[in-house]
Amino acid sequence: MPREITYREALKEALDEELAHDENVVIIGEEVAEYNGAYKVTEGLWKKWGSKRLIDAPISEAGFIGIGIGASMLGVRPVMELMFYSFAYVAFDQMMNNAAAVRYMSGGLIHCPIVVRGPANGGTNVGATHSHTPENIFANMPGLKVVSPSHPIDAKGLLKSAIRDNDPVYFMESTVLYGTKGLVPANEELEGGELLIPLGKADVKREGTDISLIAHGRAVLTCLAAAEILESQHQISAEVVDLRSIRPLDEETIMASVRKTHRAIYVEENKPFCGIGAQISSMIMEQAFDDLDAPVLRIASADAPAIYSPPLEKMQLPVPEEVVARALTLF
Amino acid sequence: MASYLKMPKLSDTMTEGVLAKWLKKEGDTVSIDEDVAEVETDKATMAMQSFDEGILHKIYVKEGESVPLGAHLALILAEGEEPPANVDQPPAVATAPAENQGVAPTKATSSTAAIPTPVSVAAVTAPVVAAAATVSTETTRIKASPLARKLAREHGIDLGQVIGTGPGGRIVKNDVDTAAAAPAGGGGSLGLLPRAQAKANQTIPLSNIRRVIAQRLLESKTTIPHFYLHIEVDTEPLMALREQVNAASVGSGGPKYTVNDFVMRGLVLAIGSVPGVNASFQGDSILQYGEVHLAVAVAIEAGLVTPVIRSAQSKSIRELSEELKALAGKAREKKLTPNEMTGGTITISNLGAYGISHFDAIINPPQAAILSVGTILKQPVVNDQGQIVPGQRMNIGLSGDHRVVDGAVGAQFLSELKRFLETPVLLIS
Amino acid sequence: MAKKSVPYSDAPINASLSSDEKIELLRTMVRIRRFEQAALKAYNENNIGGFLHLYIGQESVAVGGISLLGENDHVITAYRDHGHALAVGMGMNECMAELYGKKTGCSKGKGGSMHYFAPDKNYWGGHGIVAGQTPLGAGIAFALKYRNLTGCCLCYLGDGAINQGSYHEALNLASLWELPVVYIIENNGYSMGTSQVRSSAHPEGGLAARADAYEIAWDKFDGVSLYEIRAKVQTAIDRAHKESKPSVLEILTYRYKGHSVADANAEKYRSKEEIQRYMTEHDPIENWKATLIGEGVLTEENYKVIQREAAAEADASAEFARKSPFPDESEIFDDVYWEVDNRTASGTTGRHFFHG
Repeated sequence: MPREITYREALKEALDEELAHDENVVIIGEEVAEYNGAYKVTEGLWKKWGSKRLIDAPISEAGFIGIGIGASMLGVRPVMELMFYSFAYVAFDQMMNNAAAVRYMSGGLIHCPIVVRGPANGGTNVGATHSHTPENIFANMPGLKVVSPSHPIDAKGLLKSAIRDNDPVYFMESTVLYGTKGLVPANEELEGGELLIPLGKADVKREGTDISLIAHGRAVLTCLAAAEILESQHQISAEVVDLRSIRPLDEETIMASVRKTHRAIYVEENKPFCGIGAQISSMIMEQAFDDLDAPVLRIASADAPAIYSPPLEKMQLPVPEEVVARALTLF
Repeated sequence: MASYLKMPKLSDTMTEGVLAKWLKKEGDTVSIDEDVAEVETDKATMAMQSFDEGILHKIYVKEGESVPLGAHLALILAEGEEPPANVDQPPAVATAPAENQGVAPTKATSSTAAIPTPVSVAAVTAPVVAAAATVSTETTRIKASPLARKLAREHGIDLGQVIGTGPGGRIVKNDVDTAAAAPAGGGGSLGLLPRAQAKANQTIPLSNIRRVIAQRLLESKTTIPHFYLHIEVDTEPLMALREQVNAASVGSGGPKYTVNDFVMRGLVLAIGSVPGVNASFQGDSILQYGEVHLAVAVAIEAGLVTPVIRSAQSKSIRELSEELKALAGKAREKKLTPNEMTGGTITISNLGAYGISHFDAIINPPQAAILSVGTILKQPVVNDQGQIVPGQRMNIGLSGDHRVVDGAVGAQFLSELKRFLETPVLLIS
Repeated sequence: MAKKSVPYSDAPINASLSSDEKIELLRTMVRIRRFEQAALKAYNENNIGGFLHLYIGQESVAVGGISLLGENDHVITAYRDHGHALAVGMGMNECMAELYGKKTGCSKGKGGSMHYFAPDKNYWGGHGIVAGQTPLGAGIAFALKYRNLTGCCLCYLGDGAINQGSYHEALNLASLWELPVVYIIENNGYSMGTSQVRSSAHPEGGLAARADAYEIAWDKFDGVSLYEIRAKVQTAIDRAHKESKPSVLEILTYRYKGHSVADANAEKYRSKEEIQRYMTEHDPIENWKATLIGEGVLTEENYKVIQREAAAEADASAEFARKSPFPDESEIFDDVYWEVDNRTASGTTGRHFFHG
């Protein structure tokens, strides 16, 4: 029987299983060990696996992320935690130059099997410095992979695949989602005995016929809520496509959905300029132009730094009502 | 062995350099790594060393001269070596990295087609032109979704004939499906057409213009006591005159007048005789207008609008005609100003172009009358001699607000209008 | 005091050198210099694009340190990386072809001058961003320790790198986690065109003395003598091997050429006389040559042969590079993702590239 567990527990299960699966897996980050994780994703793992496998790093992202990248070149498989993905910016050179390009610059002699994970979301009243959503920035760089799960089952299955992947995978979670629950199958009910969800496979979270709401991360939940409203109040059947993995990207599933519904909106909590939606809408235009019955719309976070003021911050991020209102303009 | 000193590449962005200064003169000995000249690059002035040793035999480039990379600057001879025959003329400069062999990558050599090669323009444009032919009747850009365009191409449907129901009047898939399902205007094998598929009901959100129409006309029909009169007009003289007028007008570069232009002019003249129809009910009084501001119903994509020809009483048929054309054009482009759509004192609606023989329009409040103009029908008529002969007739209706206009007044007005239209020379004099 | 009086040639690591080994060290230094001269010529002739940072004058630093390394010892450096590459055993042909952007280059023409790699020779690059390699060096040391291997990582950096935050973060973590990494500051006196006094606030003891702040053992010494370099780097390597602890070594050296080729060099920030002085008084090749002649290991005749062979090898490498093909256009998308290159399930799921 699938159990209902939280997104946080799903991530922890993935880490726990991979620590057992490969002795080269080591978890490094601020407060990941003795403190049990700033957001408790690693809670209990230090006690179980000890100080060799879970290492508390000082607040020194450029340093410890760089060490992780260097170690990965020699076959260690570090899973680095950024307390907030916003802190990637102080490790930018390491993440963007060294992890991403060393394989290319060495003509394929080196690879970096590293995962850098952590929450990349706004909406928690922590101001601009702690609310960055850099999935578009990292997905822009060839050599990197970017993953952003919306549901506990994806969080577990994708993280396990990310750790086993031999390229750098930047795994972006959400503090808002950590407490959300979902059905996740137990290992014993799975063929092969474990949950592995491949990178590069989108998931249709809800089937529909009239419009495709495409999203990643928490915006998937926003789309699902919007789809309910569209169905019950406007007799519009919306399909919700969850990218799960941004790079590599499952364009087949996106295009199949658009060819079915003829309308598409990309919803994301990222900023609009050169966001993921910009990429996806451009691809839809190129590949499914003659299937479009309306322009592709993009809904993103308001185009200003994340505001602190709690009621206003709620207005900065996409909400179901906005998705509904924009969707109605397409009919 | 003779060797040439060449303009060196001294920076990543350098394409040419200035020979700033010679540190050696002809006849001097030079050794490897010794500075022989100063070269000014795009970044700095730098010393240039020799890679060879010998005697600086000949200098080709003067100080201050700018030359491309690889240009021959000087000839160095080994001690005792004879100069080559062409000593005064340095060899021609090969373009920069020509010595660097190896196959330079070209787009054409792409083997895995990782980068798509550009498709020729002709190949791309050809089908587009063909597609455009099927929508040749488009005079202005028709708003249609890409999907609707594709479906229209597939069904051979002229988008100009399809009414768009999408946002902003855009033709969407559903509109083309509807058009495709409608009986074909002459094509198709008898009895073999597939049955139209059942379609789900569609909820169309109200546009602003539709909302106003709904509200105003409901108010009119439920609060104004309408009454209706009809009169038949013999249009034979009018059509004869129109033919002459148009022949003369078009010949001299003037406009081509429509039947409606003559009716407008007749209406204005009839109001001169019967001003009671050009009025408005004001609750405790009746306002009889001193001028005729003629509202004309114009159908556009989004609904019905009634632009107003101001002071129509003082305008010739030509002025009326030109002004209506201008207003109708603006209406279709949605460029009418509020001022051009308000202040009418009486309205004319003409459905003759659609073959409607007669109808009763709803009054456009706060006006008291609206004229409903039908089409001209050829029909048997009884002439003055009591004979049944071929003739032509146009039906004109008047919807009146009985609070303002009584039946007799309305009848007088229509009768006066008939008189003018049947004596059309009055319309142009 | 007594210790100082012991000549570095008597240090065990040097005393055990055979005559052949000593000559090989000389040969490596001469080969590096000849390679760099040939590279400069090729650059001047416009056969090489971008930057070219030459190692001429600093040869002893790479050769001395790298000559000490064993099976589990590794090297990483910055962008002035040709000397280290030849010192670890990379061939002139692959190195020169890389400069020419050819398919036969060590990175298949994808990295260029600043990005040489040879993991099979424990050489991890070749890094273009100043100090960007310093956390990676600590990471390599971390991996050795994590995998219970007795080894170390020599992480070379320039004196210009010591003011970058990543270097200090790396030092702190190396000390905190007791990583077997040896940071070698190749102090050539100038960070590009800015002299030390204008770029670095540091203790009187030297740039390496900043290591005190992280409780890391450090040393500072002259880089003209291979014996001294070998003796002192060996001390740091022993510390790494035996105690799993980091060190910082500052080696004083000098580059004869500009920061890169596009550098006005003498005219801008240092005098011709200064360069000439180092060339005559502080040349590591001349120094080692004199030492070996003094020891009776080498003759002037031998030396000329070594020079001639190195020059011929360098010229041949330029010829090899010139004749080699450029990479095929299709190779642009190779070596980006391991999973794609290896056509694994992961590499064939979803779209990885977004051009066109």
